[in-house]
Amino acid sequence: MGAALLAMAPALLDAAPALFTLAPAVLAMAPALLSGCADSAHHQAPPAKAAALPVLKRQDMLWLERVSFGIDSESVAELHRLGRERYLERQLEGREASPRRALPAPVTAELASLEIAHLDAARSIADVNAEHKAINAMPDGPDKDAARKALNERGNRLAYEAVRSELLRATYSPDQLKEEMVWFWLNHFSVHQAKANLRWLVADYADRAIRPHALGRFKDLVLATLEHPAMLAYLDNNQNAAGHVNENYARELMELHTLGVNGGYTQRDVQQLALVLTGSGINARDPPKIKPEWASLYLRNGAFEFNPARHDFSTKVVLGRTIQGRGFAEVDEAVTWIVKQPACAHFISSELATYFVADTPPPQLVDRMAKTFQRTDGDIAAVLRVMLLSTELDAALGGKFKDPTRFVISAVRFAYDGRTITSTRPLFNWLNGLGEPPFGHATPDGYPLTEPAWASSGQMSRRFEIARAIGSGNAGLFDSEEGAAAAAAGFPQLSNRLYFEAVEPFLSARTREALGRAGSQQEWNMFLLASPDFNYE
Amino acid sequence: MKRRQVLKLGCAALATAGVTARLYAAPTTGPRFLLVFLRGGYDSVNLLVPYSSSFYYESRPTIAIPRPETGASSGALALDADWALAPAVRDTIGSLYLRRQVAFVPFAGTDDLSRSHFETQDSIELGQPTGGTRDYRSGFLGRLAETLAGSAAAPIAFTDALPLAFEGSSTVPNLSLKNVGKPPFDERQSKILDDMYADHHLRTAVREGLDLRQEVAQKMAEEMNAANRSAINTKGFELEAERMGHLMRDKYRIGFIDVGGWDTHVGEGAAQGTLANNLGSLGRGLQAFSQSLGAEWDNTVVVVLSEFGRTFRENGNRGTDHGHGTVYWILGGGINGGMLAGEQRAVNRGALLQDRDFPVLNDYRAVLGGLFRTLWGFSPDQCARIFPQVPPRDLKLV
Repeated sequence: MGAALLAMAPALLDAAPALFTLAPAVLAMAPALLSGCADSAHHQAPPAKAAALPVLKRQDMLWLERVSFGIDSESVAELHRLGRERYLERQLEGREASPRRALPAPVTAELASLEIAHLDAARSIADVNAEHKAINAMPDGPDKDAARKALNERGNRLAYEAVRSELLRATYSPDQLKEEMVWFWLNHFSVHQAKANLRWLVADYADRAIRPHALGRFKDLVLATLEHPAMLAYLDNNQNAAGHVNENYARELMELHTLGVNGGYTQRDVQQLALVLTGSGINARDPPKIKPEWASLYLRNGAFEFNPARHDFSTKVVLGRTIQGRGFAEVDEAVTWIVKQPACAHFISSELATYFVADTPPPQLVDRMAKTFQRTDGDIAAVLRVMLLSTELDAALGGKFKDPTRFVISAVRFAYDGRTITSTRPLFNWLNGLGEPPFGHATPDGYPLTEPAWASSGQMSRRFEIARAIGSGNAGLFDSEEGAAAAAAGFPQLSNRLYFEAVEPFLSARTREALGRAGSQQEWNMFLLASPDFNYE
Repeated sequence: MKRRQVLKLGCAALATAGVTARLYAAPTTGPRFLLVFLRGGYDSVNLLVPYSSSFYYESRPTIAIPRPETGASSGALALDADWALAPAVRDTIGSLYLRRQVAFVPFAGTDDLSRSHFETQDSIELGQPTGGTRDYRSGFLGRLAETLAGSAAAPIAFTDALPLAFEGSSTVPNLSLKNVGKPPFDERQSKILDDMYADHHLRTAVREGLDLRQEVAQKMAEEMNAANRSAINTKGFELEAERMGHLMRDKYRIGFIDVGGWDTHVGEGAAQGTLANNLGSLGRGLQAFSQSLGAEWDNTVVVVLSEFGRTFRENGNRGTDHGHGTVYWILGGGINGGMLAGEQRAVNRGALLQDRDFPVLNDYRAVLGGLFRTLWGFSPDQCARIFPQVPPRDLKLV
């Protein structure tokens, strides 16, 4: 019926409004569809809009989707003005300091009001340890249970603040590429908030270990994560000491963080690296008593501690290099050596290309990125430049399935286009439902970067439900963070200017047809967000 | 004996059924398997009580479960001269046990000795050789599903996210049945969504997802009608398990569910209390699951496991800490239950590992591998694919 007609309409009538001017006719032909709709808004077909010419070419729009968490009017205009190369250079500067690139004022104010903005890891650890001690000293009974519960709730609150901070930045930072890289590195150097006291540490981990180095040098990133108490606790290096060696972190440092599982290291290398890492741990209290001859080797940086009394001073051999036992300098030497390996350049390049280019990235592109990685001593921005301006990426545009984070953030960016949400709870709930909450991956390998992990049947229908939630109301996004409902509960207009300028011209026939069958603006919104066109970039 | 044959015959019938689109034509006969993962390390010593051991009563001055009384209709249920079943599951699991539909495997677990929840849960779900490099994209249920392939597999995870155990299998639907609301889309909307993906490689996943959601909603409507008639108010895990049973009866063959709340470091309780409440709910759930499967219960095997057991002695907070060996439950309408299976030893201080907890005498991979081999008639190669380097062990339960 109307559907077929609508599918042809744009071609016949040469401009976008056709899609909408015809929609009421469809509704008139099918009154049954409307039965049960009490809300008058349901009866309105998507409004007709003035025709707008596409601002960007299809390839440029898809490219913009890759280098951001989704298009909005501002990024479309900026790319249109600057072109890909200059746009990319601005993104690679990655500064939040300069006023033009600041976060929207409400977001800045919100981030500053969070408790995590005033905490650091050392203080948090000291606090939580003191609390534990006080609770353990209490006699059994309701007071003790209440104190334990309160501490637990505080941990949950701080972990959620970290989630909130990441989601707000991902949604609103003008430095979109940097935020994608923060997500990528948080995932690459994954920690799980549920372990030990990590709920008190994940915000600090993101802000102090990951974000400052997201576009910097890879080696700095490795060392920053290595010294952070979140990683030290998560992979047990805080328990790695001479005579009680724990290899957990040493293994993952090579397997997951630098060389990759087939990176050419052996079990012997893992054991030797574990010895290098002995003594690197956490201390939030006063420094321990140290033998005078070791005093100059003792290191302390916030809650990070290198304790020579726990270090194995033997000579080690890691990946063929002899490392003289002498203290923390061994760690720097070992990490420098490991990240210099061609396997590291290749592994990191391959991971980046899997996230940004294609599930199976073109080998010649990965090779070029790896060469750049080696030549520039692991300059992340330089590697990104090679990847993001490559013909291989151009050829792969449109074929990458959005992982849950890209899906929900891009939907909110598109639906509200610069208008700042007040509550991130719905985003967090959706990510939980889709299985990709920040700081929520239990195993150290991070979330998968490829489509099959996110496109199961359950996940697809869940995704559609989220599309409906976003399309048909405010979805709680404008409630207060404490849960007070927003005054006005409207739904977004996805058939907006941005849609006509950057999306509508490139829609597939199937999606056009579905949109033409929508019985209301809300339903139209839902179909658009559920479409293959929106779910791939 | 007859029941065993039902299970095996189902398997033979299955082999000839061939590969059909599992969405529409999962054969109704053939084995079903549900894995129930108790996350947090449940205290197996207060489920299966070593009541003949004075050491047990010495070790747990405030949280021991009283010895069973002969002829009593409540309290712990004596299973043999040494072991008794916790009162909390007496009416549910106990009654299934008396009908030989439950067996327990004490001293079960893994050789992973980290006693860390995460570490041990992961290693069990992956089911790979311990100590080597891990492939986080390959869980043992994923390998089971891949080995079975096609309609014989029909896997489903009743969880929000796909569990590690199912990693590696191409398409495993997942749907938590905890809070299922009304169907999200009406028929027309479903059709439009479906049509949008008509030429797309995700078409099957899209359709399956929409159908599954719709089907669950429909079953819930049936439940509500039934509940209104009989005025039964099921809730929590019991309700979830009943829904699982219906889905596995009609459509799915390999299921996974996890149940949390077992990390009883503090105030664990004894015959009553935190653990007893959790066990009671689990027991009622498994009973509801068995009933909702109808005749297919005879073709179904359920394994309940946990990442580790707990310390044999109670701690200073009337709870127990992370331990090692635990008790696995094997349930099914057609199993040779009503017994304790696997290698065992007398419970005394000398039996403890590191003077702390139960040792593991029955490796989870050997136990599960043995069940899988018999249920589906796997070759040695197929067994080795699911659990590399650990040969299956036949406990003669199926």
